Amino acid sequence: MTEINLRINGEARSYSVEPHHTLLESLRDDLALTGTKECCLVGECGACTVRLNGAIVDSCLVLAVEADGGEVQTVEGLAAADGLAALQEAFLTHGAVQCGFCIPGQLMAGDDLLRRSPHPSRAEIEEGLAGNLCRCGCYYQIFDAVEAVATGNAAK
Amino acid sequence: MRRFEYARPSTLAEAVGLLAHEGERARVLAGGTDLLIRLRDRTLTPAVVVDVKRIPEMAPAISESGGWVRVSAGTTMTAVMESQVMRTSFPALVEAARYVGSVQIRNRATLAGNQCNASPAADTATPLLVYGAIVLAVGSAGERRIPLDEFFVRSGVTTLGTGELVTAIELPMPPGAVRSAFQRRTRRRGHDLASVTVSVALADDGVRLAYGSLGPRPRLMVGGPGSVDGLLERAMSEATPSPTSMRAGPEYRLAMLRVLGKRAIEAAA
Repeated sequence: MTEINLRINGEARSYSVEPHHTLLESLRDDLALTGTKECCLVGECGACTVRLNGAIVDSCLVLAVEADGGEVQTVEGLAAADGLAALQEAFLTHGAVQCGFCIPGQLMAGDDLLRRSPHPSRAEIEEGLAGNLCRCGCYYQIFDAVEAVATGNAAK
Repeated sequence: MRRFEYARPSTLAEAVGLLAHEGERARVLAGGTDLLIRLRDRTLTPAVVVDVKRIPEMAPAISESGGWVRVSAGTTMTAVMESQVMRTSFPALVEAARYVGSVQIRNRATLAGNQCNASPAADTATPLLVYGAIVLAVGSAGERRIPLDEFFVRSGVTTLGTGELVTAIELPMPPGAVRSAFQRRTRRRGHDLASVTVSVALADDGVRLAYGSLGPRPRLMVGGPGSVDGLLERAMSEATPSPTSMRAGPEYRLAMLRVLGKRAIEAAA
């Protein structure tokens, strides 16, 4: 076991991990942050997307020990203390959530895109979310939700 | 994943010593986007995984000096795309980096790692070949500068020796105007592996054409000024696309090599 220090959703955590465990496994099994989902395990579906040191990554392709000393944000850290983030509200308003399994990853990728590019074009939204698959096929609704936040119409 | 020891050397000397000592028992970890998949499916079962990302010389950096641009081994595809010197002087490489995986993958995958894995379909291999890239490697015997064309052997195999570590990719700054372009064919838009990649670079003193996904390794062809159409014809006759790949049949790949080759030549001209 190896001792690691992380800031997770703003909170400092120190704990021991197995070197062969991924950040995804560690978040879910060691820290009970089960919002981040395990799915393809080869970096194609994006269900395990988290923000690590300011950049989104597939947490199934990062060892927990690699994140030592770093800053991690998961979907649990997206909402503010007083309620859901605008992007989360927009997902609800636009019917972007069917089974919901891919949604934590979609939210993290959408949030990342809007931080990098507050007013993305439709093509930029599609490209920004290209690493996140949705088997329910809610792509248009998901793109609409991101677009709505970008144009400031999320509350309508 | 099978258990392994995790080592995180903080100096280059420490990493080289560790790799020399462990030999075939060790695997280098940079971005991890290929390595972790192979650790999980157990095609690789190293005793030690050596994470080189905290070595100062490997830290993400793109720097220019003495007519060369140095891309450290820890530099991600995202950093390559965002670099001003890359956008100005090596646009085909920036274009290729944009197509690697997804945002999540490009934030992690490194330019050097893409070469070390030696996939015939590696997006960034053909632009690096036409720009004349050099791989910098260190081992216990010292540093080697390996032209990228002498680095690839076949899928997953390079001329890197056991215990040798790639520290950077270097690109010569073009002396004059170089017109270059990258083209790629996939089954769908977005996140997919390439079924054909082509890059061309046209300069006053000669032309270079490289293609990938049409044989065991990416290939580079070099000719005099005005010879690029001839190079493409030669590529068509020499390419050996896999007859069994699930991504595209050999006839289709050859047909697309002609189309993409012509498009790349037009885009560069």
